[in-house]
Amino acid sequence: MQTKRMTFRSHWLPYALIAPQLAVTLIFFIWPAAQAIRQSFLREDPFGLSSRFVGLANYTRLLDNPEYLESFRVTVVFSTATAALSMGLALLLALAVDRIIRANQFYTTLVIWPYAVAPAVAGVLWWFMFNPTIGIFTYILEVVGYDWNDRLNSADAMTLVVVAASWKQISYNFLFFVAGLQSIPMSLREAAAIDGAGPVKRFFTVVFPLLSPTTFFLLVVNITYTMFDTFGIVDATTAGGPNRATNILVYKVYQDGFIGLNLGSSAAQSVILMLIVMALTFVQFRWIERRVQY
Amino acid sequence: MVENRPFLTFLAHLVMVLGVLFVAFPVWIAFVASTHEPGTFLSGVVPMLPGKAGWETYRQILFSGVSASGAPPIWLMMKNSLIMALSITVGKITISILSAFAIVYFRFPFRVAAFWLIFITLMLPVEVRIVPTFKVVADLGMLNSYAGLSIPLIASATATFLFRQFFLTIPDELAEAARIDGASPMKFFRDMVLPLSRTNIAALFVILFIYGWNQYVWPMLITTDPDHYTLVMGIKRMVAVADSDPQWNYVMASVVLAMLPPVLVVVGMQRLFVKGLVEQEK
Repeated sequence: MQTKRMTFRSHWLPYALIAPQLAVTLIFFIWPAAQAIRQSFLREDPFGLSSRFVGLANYTRLLDNPEYLESFRVTVVFSTATAALSMGLALLLALAVDRIIRANQFYTTLVIWPYAVAPAVAGVLWWFMFNPTIGIFTYILEVVGYDWNDRLNSADAMTLVVVAASWKQISYNFLFFVAGLQSIPMSLREAAAIDGAGPVKRFFTVVFPLLSPTTFFLLVVNITYTMFDTFGIVDATTAGGPNRATNILVYKVYQDGFIGLNLGSSAAQSVILMLIVMALTFVQFRWIERRVQY
Repeated sequence: MVENRPFLTFLAHLVMVLGVLFVAFPVWIAFVASTHEPGTFLSGVVPMLPGKAGWETYRQILFSGVSASGAPPIWLMMKNSLIMALSITVGKITISILSAFAIVYFRFPFRVAAFWLIFITLMLPVEVRIVPTFKVVADLGMLNSYAGLSIPLIASATATFLFRQFFLTIPDELAEAARIDGASPMKFFRDMVLPLSRTNIAALFVILFIYGWNQYVWPMLITTDPDHYTLVMGIKRMVAVADSDPQWNYVMASVVLAMLPPVLVVVGMQRLFVKGLVEQEK
């Protein structure tokens, strides 16, 4: 691994410098993760007095459990819908702002600030607007003949969390799409225009293919976001309901661990989630390596 | 713009205006709701224009709190949020810049191992290892304390990487010159590295402040004492009032106050914000 050509010499100083970071990492990251792995092979009695080794039983039970598989399915639906909606809208906005010469800084400022809104707060905002009795969107939907109730209807609840999660993520995707569009050489688009390609054709044959590294990168980031950072949105709006329709994986870990007190199962779920994050991080870093070679 | 097509330009503006409306609409509704009297919400749909009870509502929640939901005054929660956000931000930047300095400017045994240990934290978000981490903090007696709110979150692989990448671009001649002049490593750090890193520190500060302010699940778990509630998690407690409808005007006023500081930071320091966001992913 890279260092400087010339380095300083000291027997104790580098250790002292790195010690705080390592201490926090070991105590609050590595140790709990190791505990989760250990716990996932144990079964504890309900009073926490004794525990015994059960091998992979926690995992096999989990994978046989329809509730867990349902939670997997819900997570996939939620992730896909949120990533598609927020990336689609962000790309549309990025294309628009890329066309506007004057005032694009102004528009950018007005679009990016939801990044600063906490997921839980974003959840409450949309939850309020879709409130079954006083929500403004509920009212509008009623006028067009749809009876909205996110507390009873699974599809409504899923729509609510997807919209809230997408709303918050648009700003992030927008910034990266704008950066991606700006890195496409103008000459390519001009050449296509001279050859007679209209704006729509140029988008599909020149712009979108050249944007694919950005799109792929954002896809990975968005999946990570929907899987882990959306805890606040779910907790503040649907709390996993109704009838577990929005019970995404990270919410289930919390519910089983803190409310259900099923520690073995919760730990096994944690380990599975860690494996998923590792895979996502790996993909993300592979992509960055590839981008360097472009 | 490749060619002049007035219709497309018009379309672009239209899309942007619609986008801005979509982004701003929920916040407008929240603001409007916070300015009406509680009675407004008993009948029918939420109004679209601000009411007259705004000052009263904000004064009430800021200084006396809402008794029905057992929440402390908002200014107290804002203070807690601010302390937590600043501790996380300053903590992350401090320990990351120090460890990056050690990794780049020294050769020592276990250097690569230490780097990988820090790297692993990237793969362990708090939501994933929530139960065992809670247990560690409880065993250390850090529940209901500012230390418990901030220290478990301050390890940062991304900040360490960012500083490492940046240090590698600092010319070697600077360190050589410093050594020839007899400067100690820490003097070099203080007089050269730190001033050169100023922009990077500022950009990270913006991103991390938002991250810290918006923490939700962690404060929710480790604070049971209202004196340590933070604003973002406190809102959830106001919403979940037992057996009755939430007091919407109070909830929405707290929502507005919870959004205000981080949004002001983003809008006021947009350039640094964009730099921090984009560089974090490199």
